[in-house]
Amino acid sequence: MHVVDLEGVNKSFSKTGPVLENLDLSILKGQFVCFLGPSGCGKSTLLRLIAGLEDSDSGRLTVQAESTQGVSFVFQEPHLLPWRTTVENVMLPLELGGQIPKAERAEKATDALESVGLGEALQKRPHELSGGMKMRVSLARALVTNPDILLLDEPFAALDEVTRFQLQEDLLKYWDKEKMTVVFVTHSISEAAFLAQRQVVFSKRPSRIIADRASRLPNAAQSRNAELRLSTEFLSEVRELSGVCR
Amino acid sequence: MNFILPLVPIFVIGILLEILVKSGFLPSYLVPSTSEVIRSLWVDRVELLNGFASTAIGAISGLIMSLVIGLIAAICLSLSSALRRAFLPYAVFFQTVPIIALAPVLVIWFGFGRPTVVASAFIVSVFPMVANAIAGLQAADPRLIDFFRLFHASRWQILWKLRLPTALPMIFTGLKIAAGLAVIGAVVGEFVAGGGLGEVVDAARTQQRLDKVFAAVLLSSFLGLALVAMIDLVSRFSLKPWSIERSA
Repeated sequence: MHVVDLEGVNKSFSKTGPVLENLDLSILKGQFVCFLGPSGCGKSTLLRLIAGLEDSDSGRLTVQAESTQGVSFVFQEPHLLPWRTTVENVMLPLELGGQIPKAERAEKATDALESVGLGEALQKRPHELSGGMKMRVSLARALVTNPDILLLDEPFAALDEVTRFQLQEDLLKYWDKEKMTVVFVTHSISEAAFLAQRQVVFSKRPSRIIADRASRLPNAAQSRNAELRLSTEFLSEVRELSGVCR
Repeated sequence: MNFILPLVPIFVIGILLEILVKSGFLPSYLVPSTSEVIRSLWVDRVELLNGFASTAIGAISGLIMSLVIGLIAAICLSLSSALRRAFLPYAVFFQTVPIIALAPVLVIWFGFGRPTVVASAFIVSVFPMVANAIAGLQAADPRLIDFFRLFHASRWQILWKLRLPTALPMIFTGLKIAAGLAVIGAVVGEFVAGGGLGEVVDAARTQQRLDKVFAAVLLSSFLGLALVAMIDLVSRFSLKPWSIERSA
């Protein structure tokens, strides 16, 4: 079943001209897809179109989420509310939906924070957290609604490598457990190689899809660990992927 | 030490003034000596303190009106750019209006007494309140607005949970600027409508009591300082999470 379906989608901005031209793309339910391409190529715009934050100029775009809050988003920067504690920040999406009683909101937020390894920092404020911890809070805030579709826009680009590797592995574990659809935008070839089941490679603006390939690495999340990064399979995957990017 | 340093200049000026006037270098009908001002502060203390209290009530009432009405106006104007374009030029009127020229008209509208004083304090202090609040309300992080929209937040939720908290530091800045202006507005209102330190200044001037004029002026600037210091204290206390985030 396709949860995201694009047919002949066009988008241009008055400042930059056409960004996406006649784009066709379908994403299967439960798939982990990486959008890979040079900076400013329009992959973030595509992600915003899927989120419903921008409207396409023409073409057909359908996104099938099971609930009104079924689509969630993680930005490049954590974008937390500085006046709220960690747990209050994570509760935010539940407040906006309404309906959920306050005690349950706190409980769900605590669970989400524990699942990203921040159970200790519930009452801390953003300024007391490191960059990696802030991104974990941002991730927990996106996961707290149990989304069907999780969209991430270069979320780990600003983090140091050790933290980035750790967060990539944690995200894979979470995806393996919840089986939601993940669309992950990145400009890092090795990140796309490590994370994705499927890699969609974009050209420079106006964006065309220049490659759409399935990963040759084993799909099971458990096998995508620190060891894999040092294996020859991973290196040949990176080599192949950088080949199509050229 | 932080508390003592600002007192050094006024101490030096006070001594200098005393020497210059007492030595006859400055005529005492133009400038009162420091000791005469201090003597007036003591001798006329009942009249001055009553005036101080009255001016304080007028200025604070005007300031509260500025805060409430200014904030409501800013929220309305922040909701639509068409509204902002239509009305903001007229808000500038409040900033540029010569309050001295308008004060006699206020007496015709509101009569002698406090309502005119409050109206005068309000008129001169409302603009910085509106301007700062609008700037703050529009400073909300666009990515966070996206996030709120993604989860189908209402306009009210975006205002209450995002725009207003974001604007809070700038609202306090506006309030501090407005506080100093409200005291000026109140004293000007009292020149024409009577009461408070304004009336003390006006009456003492006609009696050639320059020492008393200066005593009243000192008290009115002290009122402005005290209001600003109080707002500063409240803002420091309530803005802790904001300020740390910025300095980090």
